[in-house]
Parts: sequence; structure tokens; C-alpha cells
Amino acid sequence: MNAGFDWIVLAEFSAIGLLSGGLLALIALGFVLIYKGTGVINFAMGEFMMLGAYFFYTAHVMWGLDLWLALPATLAAVALAAALVERAILRPLSGQPVISVLMATIGLASALHGGVDAVWGGRNYEMPTLLPRKPLIVGDILIPGQLLWSFLLAAVVITAFTLYFRYSRTGIAMRAAASDPTTAYVLGIDVRRTQRLTWVFAGLVGAVAGIVVASMTSLSPALGGAALGVLAVIILGGLDSIAGAIVAGLVIGLLESLTAGYLGGKVRDIVPYVVVLVILLVRPYGLFGTRQIERL
Amino acid sequence: MRIGDFRESYRHDEALFATPVARAWFAALLAALLLFPLVGSGYLVGLACVLGIHVIASAGLNIMTGYTGLISLGHAAFMGVGCYTAAYFAQRGLPFVLTLPLAGLFAAALGVVVGMPSLRIKGLYLAVATLAMQFLLVYVFREWDSVTGGVRGVNVPPAELLGVKLDTDQRMAWLIAACAVALLLAARNLFRTRVGRAFIAIRDKDISAEVLGIDLLRYKLAAFAIGSFYAGVAGALLAYYYRAMTPEYFTLQLSIFYLAAIIVGGLGSTLGSILGAVFMTLVPEALRAIVSFIAQWAPRAVEILSPIQQVVFGLLIIGFLVFEPHGLLEIWRRVRRFFHLWPFRA
Repeated sequence: MNAGFDWIVLAEFSAIGLLSGGLLALIALGFVLIYKGTGVINFAMGEFMMLGAYFFYTAHVMWGLDLWLALPATLAAVALAAALVERAILRPLSGQPVISVLMATIGLASALHGGVDAVWGGRNYEMPTLLPRKPLIVGDILIPGQLLWSFLLAAVVITAFTLYFRYSRTGIAMRAAASDPTTAYVLGIDVRRTQRLTWVFAGLVGAVAGIVVASMTSLSPALGGAALGVLAVIILGGLDSIAGAIVAGLVIGLLESLTAGYLGGKVRDIVPYVVVLVILLVRPYGLFGTRQIERL
Repeated sequence: MRIGDFRESYRHDEALFATPVARAWFAALLAALLLFPLVGSGYLVGLACVLGIHVIASAGLNIMTGYTGLISLGHAAFMGVGCYTAAYFAQRGLPFVLTLPLAGLFAAALGVVVGMPSLRIKGLYLAVATLAMQFLLVYVFREWDSVTGGVRGVNVPPAELLGVKLDTDQRMAWLIAACAVALLLAARNLFRTRVGRAFIAIRDKDISAEVLGIDLLRYKLAAFAIGSFYAGVAGALLAYYYRAMTPEYFTLQLSIFYLAAIIVGGLGSTLGSILGAVFMTLVPEALRAIVSFIAQWAPRAVEILSPIQQVVFGLLIIGFLVFEPHGLLEIWRRVRRFFHLWPFRA
């Protein structure tokens, strides 16, 4: 390190990176839920985020509904959409080869993306700021308020889901159905219902993440592509590990922020994909993922 | 009506085209391909060129994904590699008879590198790895200014054959058709050989295939190499057809387009690649025609053309997967079976 190295800047980049990792972990949670519950990587996750953000904008800004009315209405609408998707697309395809299910979610992404574009148009909407902007100053480090609050929100949502899966009856049923559908079915768990719930929960997580991201930046169809970079998080953490999603979210957030700070925004955009390739070569099942054992 | 197709010898069973009728149809197709550029309108010939390129790329992806079961979300990037290779050598004066195979070989070499991890990772993980490769390669296309021209793109001199410049759509159509026919015949032939059969065995169950003595790494890499070779040649043809390319062409959308084409057409079939590529290219064109027709009364319809194309694209993929998983090929087979004994038995 040369003498002029600015440790304050490094600390600030690190803080920003770790905090933005919260949102990454939240989006990753949406992926992990669906992968655990149904064995599918949902390539339409970004479109669920988009749907949530556009619904919320319509309810809150266009129709002028109160925040606390618009938010539940949006979540209910997205939950309904997710349940419909599960019923109409994923259930008929259960048991089909990986490529079929993968392409179905890609097709869904394209249809949702086009649908949103057709209804709301491709322009940018200014989303009202939902999270407090007041920055936090620790010593010489300035932390943007929105980022801090988004991190806290993500932490709350992730904690809530973890507790739900740990202690609630439905949550335990969902875990059972995820780890062994046949046995769960024999024990009287309605596996179809748990799979539908999985999609609903993932939709809700996506909608919350979408609203937060849109309120921090702006609302346009480009929001849909944002979720692809999160693939790095779930590959690093392991596709079926919530703990992995959290740790990997923070790591990727840090990595993105540092490369953006020191190497520029263009390099930042490909960081997730470099990470994906390295992880897949070195440790294909991620930090915390279950190693798959194949039998004939 | 086509009856009495009994296979009486091994040679007959192995034939590329099993019956005289099939050979006659193939001859008719060749004649049509030869004549079409002469009689078709400018728009149709241009469309046919793009179609031919899509067919070649789809056939390559079908060898990888449909026959061998290796999902690739990075096919467009391999086309890009072929395109830039051809452009690079063409600018330095190499004739296209050399640049075309070179483009294919460069893409194939890169395909082998990308295919390396495919022994350890498969299914969704491989899909994500190829997706990552797609973004990385497009990043390289954008940033490696000295070779790819960066975001401004490259210009390619027209292809030349025996002193004739192939600088019109019409002449390019012949070149593309010739390449497409040769490559599709090669693809069809591939699955009469040991290599092709090994691909199918790997798709059906890779561990079983390995137990049967198929060297997984070798054959998976071969599948990557062959599929990428097709993509590379398609990319090179694209370079000669448009004569100016930017990285924006080789997006993830294009990779998804090819996956959609082989799913809609029929996985694991050469005819399926053709049907799918043709169908998926013509649907947006048909939509454009419909929308411009409606636009006479509702001028705003043109604005939502591209989102509508996206929605239809997505719904087509989902619809085929849910209702007709074997694709257009299966529909085609049903129609043909109906006419086998028609009109004696419906």
C-alpha cells in the first residue's frame, strides 16, 4: 500500500457494500425459497420485483392510496399473481426435465416484462422516497440513510421468514415437503399447498425487494434485469441455504462496492458473473449448499 | 400417401433419407432454395438470410442442448466470437472460405474451455455458468476495442467468391443456404455415428453412459465444440450479411431466443431446429404485419409492438412446454400420420 492510501474511503466503501448486501440477500432469499421448495431457479424473480414495484406505484401514486393501504394491497396482488403462476405453469411441468422448467420461468419473465412494458410504458417513474434519507455519520464515515434502513428492513424480513420456518406449523410442513416430498405427502402434508405457499412467499419477498429498490433508484422495466446479478449470491451461498444467502449477499455486496469504488462501474457489472464462474469451478455447491449425491 | 416403408437392410435403415419420396422432397427443397433468391422480393430474401442464420445457430444449440442435454444460456456469445473472428480476419484480407471455418474453430475452441466445468456441474448449475459466460463475453466484446471495435462495432468487407462480390441479399442468400444445407446434413449424419449416439446416451443418463464406457469429459467437450462451431459459423455469416456488427446484437435475449426456438421446434431433432427457428423468426414478423395493419385505425398500436412481441414470445414458450412439450415436430408428425393412409382411413 502506498502512503496516500485513504483508509476512510475504504471503510466507507466497505460499509456501503455490506449494507447493500442486505437487499441482495433479500432477493436471494426469494430464489432460495423457490429452489428449496420446488427445485427450480426462478428466472422471473426480477419480474416479480418489477410487478411489485409497479403495482405499488399504481396504488400509492396514481390512485393516491395511503401507504399503509397501498402496501398490503400490492402484496396481496403479487401473492395472487405468484399463486396463479404456480398453478398455471409450474404445476403442469412438475417432474419435467430441468430445461423445461428453466425455460418456463424464462418465458414467464419475458411475458411479464412485455406485459408491464405494454401497460405502463418503458419510461422512468419517480417513486416517492419511502425510507428516511437522514444519513448516519460514524466518525468520518457517512452512511446513506436509505441504505441503512433498507438493510434493516431486509434483516427484519429475513429474520421473520427464518423464525416462521423454524417455529410455525406451516413453516415446518414446508421444510418437510422441501426435503422429501414423498415422505411428507405420506405423513399427511399437502405438498401442493406448500409448493403454492412457497411461490407466494417468494413473490412477497420479491415485491418487497422491488418496492425498496425502486424507491431508492427509480422505476422502469430495467428493474427486471437487476435480479440476474443476484444469481451470484445464491451460487456462492449454495442454492438451498438461507444462511448461505445472507453471508453471500454481504460478501457480494462488499465485492461489488469495492470494485465499483476502485475499478469503476463497468467492471462492477461483471463482478457477479466472475464470482459465479469461479465458485462453480472451485466449489460447485457453494459455501453452505447441500452436496448432491447421484445414484443410478 | 406414404405406405409400405419397410426397412429391409441395415443400409436402408441407416440412410439419411429413408425413402425415394423423402429424397424427392429434399431435391425439391434444394431447387426451391436455389430459385427463391431470384423470385422473392427484397424483403423476403432478406428475411430468408436471417432465417438461414438462425437455423444454423439453432441446429448447433440443439446438438448441445437437445441431443446431449447440456443447457447453454450463452449461445449468442459464441455467435459473437464467430462474428468477431470472421471480421478480424476479413479485415486483414483473408477470403471467406477461410474465415468461415476459422470463425467456427475459434468458437469451438472457446466452447471447449467453457465446457470444461461441465463434467462437475450440470443442469441448472451449468445453465448459470453459461449465463455468466454470456455476460463476460459481451463485456469483452464491448471493451476489447482493438479487435471488436468496442461499442461502435466492426465493419466487415463483403465476402468474395471467384471474383464475385457477395454484396447483395440475393447472393448472400445462396451462400447462407449452401452453408445451412451442408451443416444440417452434417448434423443429421452425426447422429448415425458413434459420437452422436454417445451424445444421446449422455443426455438420457450420464452416469449410465459412463458405466457403458463412454468417456464423459471427451464427449461433453465434443458436444460443446460442435455446438459452438455451428454458432461460430452462424456468427460469421451474420458478419458478412450485415457487414457491421455491434456487441448489442449478441445479448442474453438472443441466447434465449435460440433455446426457445429448439423447444418450440422440438428438442433432439434436426427438423425440429429448422421448424423452431423458422417459426420463432416469423411470429414477430407476422405480429409486426398485424400491428401495422391495425395501426391504420389505432396509430398508438405501433408503440406497444415490441412489448407485445415479448409477451407473445414468453407465452409461446410456456404454451409449448405445457401443452406440446415435443414441439412443432410432434404436430408435424401427427399431421403426417394422418395423411399416411388418407383417404382410405382417417
